[in-house]
Amino acid sequence: MLAKIRSDFWFEFLSSPVTVVSAAIIVVLVLACTFAPLVAPHTPFDPATISILDNNMPPAWVSGADGRFLLGTDMQGRDVLSAMLYGGRISLMVGLGAVALSTLIGMAVGLATGYFGGVTDAVLMRIAEIQFAFPPILIALLFNGVLKTTLPADLFARAAVPIMILAIGLAGWVQFARIVRASVLVQRSQDYVAACQAIGLPTIIIILRHITPNVLGPVLVLAMLQIAVAIVTEATLSFLGLGTPLTAPSLGALIQAGSQFLFSGIWWVVIFPGAMLLIMVVAFNLVADWVRDYLNPRLR
Amino acid sequence: MYFLVTRLVQASIVMLGVALVGFLVFQFIGDPVLALVGQETTIEDREALRERLGLNDPLLVQYARFVGNALQGDFGISYSFNRDVSEMIAERLPATIELVLLSGVLALALAIPAGIYTGIRRKGGLAQTIMALSVIGVSIPSFLLGILLILVFSVWLNWLPSFGRGDVGTFLGIRSSLFTLDGLSHALMPAAVLCLFQLGVILRLIRAEMLEVLRTDYIRFAWARGLPGRRVYMHHALKNTLVPVVTAIGLQLSSLFAFSIITEKVFQWPGMGSLLLHAIGQSDIPLLAAYLIFVGLVFTLSNLVVDAIYVAIDPRIRHGGR
Repeated sequence: MLAKIRSDFWFEFLSSPVTVVSAAIIVVLVLACTFAPLVAPHTPFDPATISILDNNMPPAWVSGADGRFLLGTDMQGRDVLSAMLYGGRISLMVGLGAVALSTLIGMAVGLATGYFGGVTDAVLMRIAEIQFAFPPILIALLFNGVLKTTLPADLFARAAVPIMILAIGLAGWVQFARIVRASVLVQRSQDYVAACQAIGLPTIIIILRHITPNVLGPVLVLAMLQIAVAIVTEATLSFLGLGTPLTAPSLGALIQAGSQFLFSGIWWVVIFPGAMLLIMVVAFNLVADWVRDYLNPRLR
Repeated sequence: MYFLVTRLVQASIVMLGVALVGFLVFQFIGDPVLALVGQETTIEDREALRERLGLNDPLLVQYARFVGNALQGDFGISYSFNRDVSEMIAERLPATIELVLLSGVLALALAIPAGIYTGIRRKGGLAQTIMALSVIGVSIPSFLLGILLILVFSVWLNWLPSFGRGDVGTFLGIRSSLFTLDGLSHALMPAAVLCLFQLGVILRLIRAEMLEVLRTDYIRFAWARGLPGRRVYMHHALKNTLVPVVTAIGLQLSSLFAFSIITEKVFQWPGMGSLLLHAIGQSDIPLLAAYLIFVGLVFTLSNLVVDAIYVAIDPRIRHGGR
């Protein structure tokens, strides 16, 4: 179903200017952050290249600014723009990684429970139900909090990104499992599945080769929406001091560090990373909204 | 009735599961004895303390004791405050409840009319503006919104206090900071931050449901009968959007509790959320476990209330048919 792009894809895409702009913003942000070491004007987290004398410089267009730092510097003299690019890289990495993990677990559980039913279904869905009673951000928070108190501080700091991916990914699989299971239940009673069984195809082939492609649509939409959610969750955990360390901060950790200087009138260390986070999240949400409407025939 | 009884049984099983998770997870983190003692405490004293806290008993015994005590509202002594956990929760609870209630009411009062309006006038300028704002509302991380509000209203304009809970007043025997002007001015920004996300979610859901319902045949038929627009929208359409909307509101109530952790951190609001963050920082296991179970209880109860409302509003469930 999704293997081939429908012929109206580009037409529908190009006739929605908001979506085109959002997609363009995502591409630019992903490229700029991925190649942060090449793009960024400074290397903000290398102590050899920063000078404390450059601290708290306002953005370049404000009087008293230094032209070397387009968006100003923070309290340690680090270039805000460069820190944002490096931070955005961590945010994107965690967001994409966590959603990939949620999707993987959710698909596996959803396919298994939907196709086999019985005890597997009952047990896994009860677990899912218990987890669903708690908002994902709370689960990720508790998971992270538990690890932070158990692991030695330096190990937690070094493994911050994989830990965040694990925490947010494990917190988000239930929704994927639910929609996959619901779609599989519909698909399983279709004639093509009966035909597959009749010609003696192995179960694993029926599930992966024949059913999976037919449940991918809603999964894709949910995954796109969840990227934005995961990025926000990561930023929030980092803001609460449970996420990335200050030696390699994500956007959320940058905002947290900056927010302590709000009352000294140093607004640029909060506003710019905040704006980047917001633009990133809104862009992902808008593209996801469009994909959902595009795949939903009833709204056309 | 049968429906509600099944739900009640399910809810108790869920709560037992939550208690088990809380118990197991927190059984394996940190060492409470290390958190309680100083450097000069002897090994014998540590062992005695371990024995006294019941940390040497088999896991199953500890779990049974845990559930039994929890049922009586006894969650033990906080390791970091050396005080009764249930007492501390009771102390912090009102602050969180007033924040959650205020923002919940705000969200519903704004979301329902706006959702109905945007569902009916899909293409209008105002509706488009509301929808655009709602995208930002569900996208902006609440901590960022909180910081921005502090920057604008506290740092630049100096209109509103940036942290803490205001004076507490008494009205009809209830003590709450919502009954004083100072308290309200403290609660305004946190409540606004907390409600915005829920506002966006509920608004978008009501709009989507209205759009779905308005394209059905019976609505077209109602128009053909010449019924006034008000009656078609409110009586025929709105009523049939209620089931998913009530579900969502139930879920949103529980997420208000979760998100209040963030809001409380940003505005240094002395509620349960800041208590939880403190507990994580100090690996205060009894406090963590109590928080988890308490929140689980709130979520399970709100789900139960949602189920009860289903019975009231959906005849298909009331009469046991499908």
